[in-house]
Amino acid sequence: CVCADLAAAAVCCVSDPVLVPALHSAEILHLSGSCCSPIGHHHSEEFGKVNVLKKVPALKDGAFTLAESTAILLYLSRKYNTPDHWYPSDIQKRARVDEYLSWHHTNIRTNAPKTLWIKVLIPLFTGQKLPPEKLQEVMDELAISLKQFEEKFLQDKPFIVGSEISLADLVAIVELMQPVGADCNIFEGWPKLVAWRSQVEEAVRKELFQGAHERILNAQDLRKVQIDPQMKKEMKPLLLKMLK
Amino acid sequence: MVVELFLDLLSQPCRALFIFAKKNNIPFVFKHVELLKGHHHSEEFGKVNVLKKVPALKDGAFTLAESIAILLYLSRKFNTPDHWYPSDLQKRAQVDEYLSWQHATIREKGCKIFITKVLVPLAGQPFSPETLEEAVEELNSALKQFEEKFLQDKPFIVGNEISLADLVAIVELMQPIGVGCDIFEDRPKLSEWRNRVEEAVGKELFQEAHEIILNIKELSNLQIDPQLKEHLAPVLRKMMK
Repeated sequence: CVCADLAAAAVCCVSDPVLVPALHSAEILHLSGSCCSPIGHHHSEEFGKVNVLKKVPALKDGAFTLAESTAILLYLSRKYNTPDHWYPSDIQKRARVDEYLSWHHTNIRTNAPKTLWIKVLIPLFTGQKLPPEKLQEVMDELAISLKQFEEKFLQDKPFIVGSEISLADLVAIVELMQPVGADCNIFEGWPKLVAWRSQVEEAVRKELFQGAHERILNAQDLRKVQIDPQMKKEMKPLLLKMLK
Repeated sequence: MVVELFLDLLSQPCRALFIFAKKNNIPFVFKHVELLKGHHHSEEFGKVNVLKKVPALKDGAFTLAESIAILLYLSRKFNTPDHWYPSDLQKRAQVDEYLSWQHATIREKGCKIFITKVLVPLAGQPFSPETLEEAVEELNSALKQFEEKFLQDKPFIVGNEISLADLVAIVELMQPIGVGCDIFEDRPKLSEWRNRVEEAVGKELFQEAHEIILNIKELSNLQIDPQLKEHLAPVLRKMMK
């Protein structure tokens, strides 16, 4: 979905070749085959029955529907008994994952997506380009979050919770790829983050990682997309507010 | 070694922890971190939580930030009753769903009201009625979603019993109450839910946890540490833009 909720990519990455068919049959909407292609599809009546909050990702498992990527990731990890490192059973390691997942919402997730909004999406919707100060403001805020990420969550470990990848790393990496898609190389000048990113890509497997990020890494193509005029009208006041 | 909880009951997530620990008879040492005195910026507290925020937990050498992580850790370590974080996969997912959603909605907007009405004037910044109006409008929007999506016609967010979701929600909604925004007025469903949550927690414990926030207006000589004031000024200016 062009509203580019990259949390959708995170759910995709958790699946391995055994899980993917299971996910297909569970009709998980984010999977590219059935992903909403016309922009604004998340506002459709049909999708509203899956998630009344009208956001992606969403899950439908029989009659059970679920929103919020963190909840969906945890649900899948439990239902499909995924390897322990994703959400360790050791209560202190598990607490570290929970700690990151909680902090993430109002720090990395608040700032990183704004880069794509400012550079690509807002101009696409409003026809207006934004002054460079706007982007600089966002980058400065993001830098604060990145510093905390390195100092508190990553430190000198290969992954957030030690020596193996967990849901924390997954949720973090997809969010940080958003600015990269907007041509903001946030990894520049952060060697520890660069090293961590490589580790995460390896752990996820490069091919799957690339596949999940193909759309966002070709965000310039988004500029050519036609937006539903109704949606353009609806979004305009919201976007102008974001700009304030 | 007894668990240490670093709290200031002025803070919503601290209240959730306080209530949860007391309700479940979890032994803990209450370490008071006075926010208005800037204690959270002390070097000593920085060793417990480098993010300099409350609540925080210290369990021997293990330190932990983020109230949700702490609530879950305590529920596991002390094996609290199932209804708080149900073992049923789908019910548990519904608790996770609320806990995730609330960060950028109920929590953020509730905080904004408190900051605009109390913190900004305390820090010597000009009060902005437009910002307050906007914050109230945004909270109203979030409350509508709360009622329609999370509560619906159920007694609690996840069915028949109180869970971490209700606890985390109620403490956030008491913040605007404390500063004179009665968000329960004209919302009968929400009011009834609040009463049920108070009953489930125990009225005495609920009142104890909320004493500070509910009497904040009376604290007319509320003073803020001058160093904190200085630190807050640019942060608040940016928030109020």
